[in-house]
Amino acid sequence: MKPAPFVHHAPRTVEEAVAVLAQVGPDGKVLAGGQSLVPVLNMRLASPGHLVDVNGVAGLDTVEVTAEHVRVGALVRHAGLERHDGAAAALPLLRQAVRHVAHPAIRTRGTTVGSLAHADPAGEMPAVAVLTGAVLEVTGPRGTREVAADGFFLGPLETVLEADELVVAVRFGRLPAGTRTGFAESARRSGDYALAGVALAVSTDGNTVTGARASFVSVTPVPDVLVLTPVLAGARVGALPLDAVTEAVRAHVDPESDIHAGADYRRMLAAELTVRSLVSTTTGVREGAA
Amino acid sequence: MSQSAADPLLDITVRVNGVRRTAAAPARRLLSDFLRHDLGLTGTHVGCEHGVCGACTVLVDGEPARACLMFAVTAQAHDVTTVEGIGHDPADLDPVQQAFVECHALQCGFCTPGFVTTISAYLDEHPDPSADEAREAISGNLCRCTGYQNIVAAVLRAAELRREREGTP
Ligand SMILES: Cc1cc2nc3c(=O)[nH]c(=O)nc-3n(C[C@H](O)[C@H](O)[C@H](O)COP(=O)(O)OP(=O)(O)OC[C@H]3O[C@@H](n4cnc5c(N)ncnc54)[C@H](O)[C@@H]3O)c2cc1C
Ligand code: FES
Ligand code: FES
Repeated sequence: MKPAPFVHHAPRTVEEAVAVLAQVGPDGKVLAGGQSLVPVLNMRLASPGHLVDVNGVAGLDTVEVTAEHVRVGALVRHAGLERHDGAAAALPLLRQAVRHVAHPAIRTRGTTVGSLAHADPAGEMPAVAVLTGAVLEVTGPRGTREVAADGFFLGPLETVLEADELVVAVRFGRLPAGTRTGFAESARRSGDYALAGVALAVSTDGNTVTGARASFVSVTPVPDVLVLTPVLAGARVGALPLDAVTEAVRAHVDPESDIHAGADYRRMLAAELTVRSLVSTTTGVREGAA
Repeated sequence: MSQSAADPLLDITVRVNGVRRTAAAPARRLLSDFLRHDLGLTGTHVGCEHGVCGACTVLVDGEPARACLMFAVTAQAHDVTTVEGIGHDPADLDPVQQAFVECHALQCGFCTPGFVTTISAYLDEHPDPSADEAREAISGNLCRCTGYQNIVAAVLRAAELRREREGTP
């Protein structure tokens, strides 16, 4: 199907973009990579009267690495983040996760910030955002504000963003030195939305686990962090209490059934992926599940 | 596709296969329809129009992208390559096209343009894939005829042909 008619706006600056958004109000939508919005328009699930196409806005396409964070501008494509060696070195979880987002042809256009704004519970990057304590930089007609990822997501496809606000960048927090990360998911076909997935951050002191946290894909209504430290602190690598981890994950997640998989199966999958990712992360083996 | 006051026509110029092409189309014109209807480049096929089947895949600045998920107005900033730009002379096929012929990697041919563009971009970055990697590389494209085995073989054969052609300039 084809989208309904709309007026196309092509602002060149953030100020112009915000001015147009303010002017058109709830009848306007930001168009970034279009990889979630255009399917919705093509299927006529939405027909906004105005599209504010930010693809020509200057200065939004950079990745910056500092001592504290990796800042990803609103026009950085998934593919650009995936290729960025500095980002991967500073926060390996970014590359570990982003290569699971869709297929290469989708990653060419889709933006990492767009997948946060879209807030699909099946998205990989929202899970990474909460696990790393990310902060979103938001600009609107009332000025600029910073929103923590924990608190940004209200529900499936729902965030605290107002219709006239633009996310300018996200700052993923770097993890303390010595933190190991892992990412694992399971999908029917590689590149499809995951049936379940997990992002993991584990800290160790020698052979002993000192802390562990996880966040999930496709099995929680909004991405949130499960602190596994009470279950794992003091445990020795190679002799982790995996049954207790399984219990903690099963109690935390709240999957829904759909045509692809039932809730029970997704819950089992989330726990199993966490256990496997935990084992491979702590033994230093790179996580490679499809 | 009718014109109306609520859906005015814009002059849209996109660089396609190295040539700047202009046509009048509304803002809502998808790049896939712009190529097919406005420019007459019917090599780009349209299946699902929501990014899933891969039939409409073109190269945007050399990288694979879904033409059905991009508006022609947005494409004005980019270089677009369609299957016609990869090769259109039967006597001088691109290695990927040649491999598809040799390996019998198409039947009805509906999915083929999207596979050819996808594989061509993939081989630019991964010149020597294994059979598993070849399978992974085409996982974003659907084919309802072949069962994929011959397409995987064609990816490997195309890699071989590219190396041979590079060796003998
Ligand atoms: C076949 C297919 C498979 C996919 N598989 C996956 C997958 O496995 N995992 C996954 O995570 N995603 C997947 N996606 C979605 C993809 O990751 C999208 O790129 C992403 O969700 C949205 O980013 P975008 O830049 O394309 O945003 P758009 O589609 O342009 O916008 C999406 C929404 O976010 C809003 N928005 C975008 N940017 C901003 C901004 N800067 N400020 C305010 N609002 C903004 C838009 O208004 C719109 O409501 C898939 C998509 C397709 C078509
Ligand atoms: S028509 Fe574009 S992906 Fe199917
Ligand atoms: S050859 Fe018919 S769909 Fe692929």
